[in-house]
Amino acid sequence: MEAEVKDQLVSIEKPELIAPPNWEPVIMGILCNWCSYAGSDLTGTSRIQYPPNIRIIRVPCSSRVDPWFLIKSLQTTADGVLVSGCHPGDCHYISGNYFARRRFLVTKKLLNFVGFHENRIQFSWVSAAEGPKFAKVVNKVTEDIKKLGPLHLYKKENFEKK
Amino acid sequence: MARVGVFVCFCGANIADYVDVPQVVEEVKRIKEVKFATEYKYMCSDPGQGMIRDAIVQNKLTSIVVAACSPRMHEKTFRKALSDAGMNPYLLEVANIREHSSWVHQKDKKAATEKAMDLCRMAVAKSIANEQLHEISVPVTKRALVIGGGIAGIQAALDIADARIPVVLVERSPSIGGKMAQLDETFPTLDCAQCILTPKMVDVASHPYIELIPYSEVIELQGFVGNYKVRIKKKASYVNFKTCTGCGACWQKCPVKVPNEYNMGIDKRKAIYTPFPQAVPNKPVIDAEHCTMLTKGKCGICAKVCDKGSIDYTMQDEIIEREIGAVVVATGYDMWDPKPYEEYGVGRFKDIITSLEFERMVSANGPTNGVPIRPSDGKVPKNVVFIKCVGSRDEAKGIEYCSKICCMYTTKHTILLHHKVHDSHAYVFYMDIRAAGKGYEEFVKKAQVDTGTTYLRGRVSKIYKKGDKLMVRGEDAQLGQVVEVEADMVVLATAVSAPKDNPDLARLLGISYDKYGYLSEAHPKLRPVETAKAGIFLAGCTQAPKDIPETVSQASACAAKVCGLFAGDTMKKDPMVSTINNEYCSGCQNCVKVCPYGAIVTDDVPIGHGSKELRTVAKINEGVCQGCGSCVAICRSMAINLAGFTDPQIINEIVSI
Repeated sequence: MEAEVKDQLVSIEKPELIAPPNWEPVIMGILCNWCSYAGSDLTGTSRIQYPPNIRIIRVPCSSRVDPWFLIKSLQTTADGVLVSGCHPGDCHYISGNYFARRRFLVTKKLLNFVGFHENRIQFSWVSAAEGPKFAKVVNKVTEDIKKLGPLHLYKKENFEKK
Repeated sequence: MARVGVFVCFCGANIADYVDVPQVVEEVKRIKEVKFATEYKYMCSDPGQGMIRDAIVQNKLTSIVVAACSPRMHEKTFRKALSDAGMNPYLLEVANIREHSSWVHQKDKKAATEKAMDLCRMAVAKSIANEQLHEISVPVTKRALVIGGGIAGIQAALDIADARIPVVLVERSPSIGGKMAQLDETFPTLDCAQCILTPKMVDVASHPYIELIPYSEVIELQGFVGNYKVRIKKKASYVNFKTCTGCGACWQKCPVKVPNEYNMGIDKRKAIYTPFPQAVPNKPVIDAEHCTMLTKGKCGICAKVCDKGSIDYTMQDEIIEREIGAVVVATGYDMWDPKPYEEYGVGRFKDIITSLEFERMVSANGPTNGVPIRPSDGKVPKNVVFIKCVGSRDEAKGIEYCSKICCMYTTKHTILLHHKVHDSHAYVFYMDIRAAGKGYEEFVKKAQVDTGTTYLRGRVSKIYKKGDKLMVRGEDAQLGQVVEVEADMVVLATAVSAPKDNPDLARLLGISYDKYGYLSEAHPKLRPVETAKAGIFLAGCTQAPKDIPETVSQASACAAKVCGLFAGDTMKKDPMVSTINNEYCSGCQNCVKVCPYGAIVTDDVPIGHGSKELRTVAKINEGVCQGCGSCVAICRSMAINLAGFTDPQIINEIVSI
């Protein structure tokens, strides 16, 4: 019985569900206003190219990011989530990114435990001056998610069908 | 039902070349809430904004989405367009299709267009959940606190007070004046520091709008911009300043001798003392650590000789509270202790002194009456070696930065040496000469010619003793050879370092500091005098090393900021702050713990309507809240929301694509 439950849980990442041809993942990028969002703007002003899979949401601080947002993204629209904030010690709100860092670790472990691959949710620190780094991070995340394939099984419509 | 208007910008060719704008407009028109969608070449231009204004009125729109550049760029511009059309400005959302799409996906127009559509969908979805917000008005206490009475604090206090705003100036030592009062002459004009500083000190003491609280420290700051409450500890001076005339009978008779801080310990002061003759206020204080009456209960001479009866050995520290609206922090700097330079023999050889010790020696009111002498035997030195960058620009010794003033003050020292000891010769070991400033390079050039100083480019590797001389061995990098200079005295241009107590002060004030201990400004270029905490400003070396003209400019800039803050009776504040729904709040107080500003306190409310029984809930002070949203994410019962970034808004964004 227990083994069966575990099997079902792990099946979120079933290999047979890997990408149909021309499939492109959707990645939800939740960025803090002061560092990472500004950094992503700098990537733009520097015309550094990166894959178009990411959709960016602006929040004031990475500490505003509720684990709910990550789960909701994976459940509805996204195949992966990137959360990015100021470097530790550089938080515009003094200590917000430290709270975020702890919260993410727990969220990641939990999602990993219920069967998501750990690369589905990624975190990074990108400062307002790190335009090239933001492109690098997006490249890596996109590549990782492409390897993992689409996140069909967890999607809401699948639950509704059953 | 929401009625959304979408305005897609070409940004000239910046967006239009890489995103199919008409197609984006067609696509957003299919969203059922979108009642109006259009495109324009430059949405931010006046005709572009006019289109928004007209469409709001004609189509009775309830929220607006502008798909253009980053909201960090033009959010304010478009918000203004909304208010001009009579709409609440916070009903605007900006879809960033330039920095986040057209500029970063230039090789794939199809993908960039699709992404732009998604970004528009997200912004439309978010805007539907937008609420009308109103700027918060906060009352202002029009009184400023200046911490530190050096030239930075003095200038800031005078400028603010001249605008008829009351100032409380807190100085830790018994007199204002700071490091500048210790200087002899100042570069590049060789003005006497005392002559230009002391009149300002007197102005501070006599200014009707300045309350000078010397010999005291700030111990607590509560509140928020415009509404701070400060607690100041006034250390017991054991002298009644009201009756004391500053006649000096007490310190002449005091038998206890203590190294004189003002003269860098070169001579002695008494246990009851004024730091220097021009001190403001010119009243003595008793050094409780050394006074034998206070430590052992023996002596009491000063009380006997004081005919005013001003000495009071029973005096206690006093706590002063003031309500203030803004703070200027001007705590200055410390001279870096060159102890780590063991290869120079610092501490072993008496004739190696620091630049500030040299400054005191050549100063007319200094311990040696303006003549430099060798501490070992009291002889006047002939050959003096100046070593620059002692500490500064030396990663191995822990200071990576350039202290900025040493090149100039060493040049000044070579001139002063030349003035005081005509047959002397100066040698300067340097890495670079950094003389950027008005008249600085000319000053250095002229000094080199006039004094005939030998400049040796290179580092000193070792100093050793030979007879009563010091042998300075270093490298002349331009000749590529090792040189040795026989010196009577060596002067180390030690680094400027952050005051040791800065981290404590920063914690007390709730502002941040860097790895060296300098207080951090809000933005290194565009907000160099503000801190990240509203209403707290920085002047002088407490932010980074700087010379007197720069310090004075920054202090005056602080004054302008304070005056700006106090220009109205109330202050406007961004409405993007957290709000608590008492119905949901369980009183767990997790939010209180995560709030970095102490903006959340607890409050007792009736359990039910009309009930007398109370329960605890959290309460947010919207004047203090900076809108980070930490409390929103930590709240278990979802009782808190952050205006402008509410859960419905963000979830709408997530599910919209």
